[in-house]
Amino acid sequence: MHWNSASEFFAMGGYALYVWGSLGVTALALVVEPILVARRRLNVVNRLKRELRAEELETTAARKSA
Amino acid sequence: MSNLNLFHYAAPATFYPLAGRLRPLFVALAILFGAAGLWLGLFVAPTDFQQGEGYRIIFVHVPASWMSMFIYCAMAFWGAMNLVFNTRLSGMMAQALAPTGALFAFLSLWTGALWGKPMWGTWWVWDARLTSELVLFFLYVGYMALVASIDDPRRADKAGAVLLLVGVVNIPIIYFSVQWWSTLHQGASISMTKAPSMAHTMLWGMLLMALSFWMYTIAVAFARVRAIILDRERHTDWVRALVRQA
Repeated sequence: MHWNSASEFFAMGGYALYVWGSLGVTALALVVEPILVARRRLNVVNRLKRELRAEELETTAARKSA
Repeated sequence: MSNLNLFHYAAPATFYPLAGRLRPLFVALAILFGAAGLWLGLFVAPTDFQQGEGYRIIFVHVPASWMSMFIYCAMAFWGAMNLVFNTRLSGMMAQALAPTGALFAFLSLWTGALWGKPMWGTWWVWDARLTSELVLFFLYVGYMALVASIDDPRRADKAGAVLLLVGVVNIPIIYFSVQWWSTLHQGASISMTKAPSMAHTMLWGMLLMALSFWMYTIAVAFARVRAIILDRERHTDWVRALVRQA
């Protein structure tokens, strides 16, 4: 183990802003991107579902009027 | 026969469930390698004799920069496959990788700026390495804008593939920029021909982080390509059946 205390670890020898600014933004990006991708897929599924339902309604309506 | 198999999985209908099954494996590997790499990088690796603890940015900066170049090469490969074999999946794969590549190019620039400020005294210089990496970021953004601006997806794939293949010339420029031009940026961290000069724990921490980013990229590209497949294959029977069940 390299550090003597937690505060020493977080201070990063005076480079805290730079080290944690790098690691923090990277971690944030790698957490947010998969969430956005999952939402994108969900949005596609929901849109296709609506389209399919609209299509089915149209065909039943057409059948009734015929 | 092996060719036949490859093209079997190149069909979106077979690749969609395959990507879904494989994705958790890559997520798990990304977390595993990432945890090991961070442990080595933040807790085990010794202090650098010149840069103190500030050098620890290397554990995200170098892997992110590598990924930004790898992903572009992978996209150019899929672009070439798209132009030569005219397979639908190749265009979708290129599009699925683009945002992640842009993200890593951004992270490379961001962590580089945060590293440059304490070590060089400046966030940014217009030198060869930094400028060519910025050009790479713009290539990603340009590719995404180009593909999004063309309504016909097959034509968008073709136009995007041409841009990718032209832009690939930038990759060796980035890689060799530190040798070709005088620059503030240090030379390659790892050389194919020389034994690495850094401490073993530093090296392993960096390599594990790079592996983690690799696995992350595969996992997120699989997730994104599944969304793209559903959207672009929406008129096929299998997608309609799948949506009806969902």
